Amino acid sequence: MIWAIIIGMSIVTMLPRLIPVFIVDKASYPDWVNRWLDAIPYAALGALIFPGIMTVIPEKPFIGIVGGIVAIVIAFFEINVIFSVLGAIVTVFLFTM
Amino acid sequence: MQANSAEKVSNVPTGAGAAFRSGLITGFPIFLGYLPIALAYGVLAAQSMTLLQLTAMSVLVFAGASQFMGAKMIGAGTGLLEVVVATFVLNFRHFVMSLSFMNKARPIPMRWKIPLSLGLTDETFAVSSLHGEEAKKPYGKVFFATVIVLAYSAWVGGSLVGGLLGELIPAQLSQSMNIALYAMFIGLLVPSVKKEWRVGLIAIISMLLNYALVNIHVNEGWAIVIATIIGGFFGIFLLKGDDEK
Repeated sequence: MIWAIIIGMSIVTMLPRLIPVFIVDKASYPDWVNRWLDAIPYAALGALIFPGIMTVIPEKPFIGIVGGIVAIVIAFFEINVIFSVLGAIVTVFLFTM
Repeated sequence: MQANSAEKVSNVPTGAGAAFRSGLITGFPIFLGYLPIALAYGVLAAQSMTLLQLTAMSVLVFAGASQFMGAKMIGAGTGLLEVVVATFVLNFRHFVMSLSFMNKARPIPMRWKIPLSLGLTDETFAVSSLHGEEAKKPYGKVFFATVIVLAYSAWVGGSLVGGLLGELIPAQLSQSMNIALYAMFIGLLVPSVKKEWRVGLIAIISMLLNYALVNIHVNEGWAIVIATIIGGFFGIFLLKGDDEK
């Protein structure tokens, strides 16, 4: 039964990833569709960051927010993303001590 | 539109080796972010699955949040259909992401795009998209494949080790690492916003939509899909006249 669940999960995860390869291959889109698709990464980033970041420490949502602000400040200097990641980890670590 | 954070990379020589190195550097934050989460997944999943099963799930599904959910549901004895439907809903956002990425990846040959599509996660999508100009380079496919394989190996390897060793990182440290991928998303977004503030507006609209939807108890998976699609629609107006390709 567990194997069937794993296979089922795999199929319903793979298909949505795979089907666009064939959709996009054929069609050529008007400008507005291209602009929409170009904006998707930024919209997705927004939705992936918030409100999820408040659940980093579920009982203390502000810790995620503070960690996020530290990441923003570090990212502003346009150094490698890894420094934002490390800065945020250290911040959360200090807040949970 | 080329509002992304990757102009530094575009001066690099365009050989396959350079694309590989560039992919390693670009993908490393995902690797670092995935390891602790994969370990945590392995530890959790070992309570309800064998080592082979939990590793196979990472190999075949490669989608973090849904695997945590799946492991918990299997542990609770939930039925096949319910787990599979919940997984579909939670991972459907990858359909929208894949559409967006494949539109950028048009110059890449089909036999590369198929495996690349299967490696799209929130993180590999975000990183690949913000380095979208790589698609136009002769070895762009190598760049994207390197990012994805690096992320995949961290995910599968971390799951296996987590399942083998059980709890091995101190709780406080693993808790702190929960923020890693959020911080990576922020680190990807901020330089783009500095170049083009309207990109930040799109992200904020999408954040607020997602927040509102979650608050009215829309399923988390659908909330992200709806917020991403509608947030992206604002790009049609906000990014107009911005196509300096």
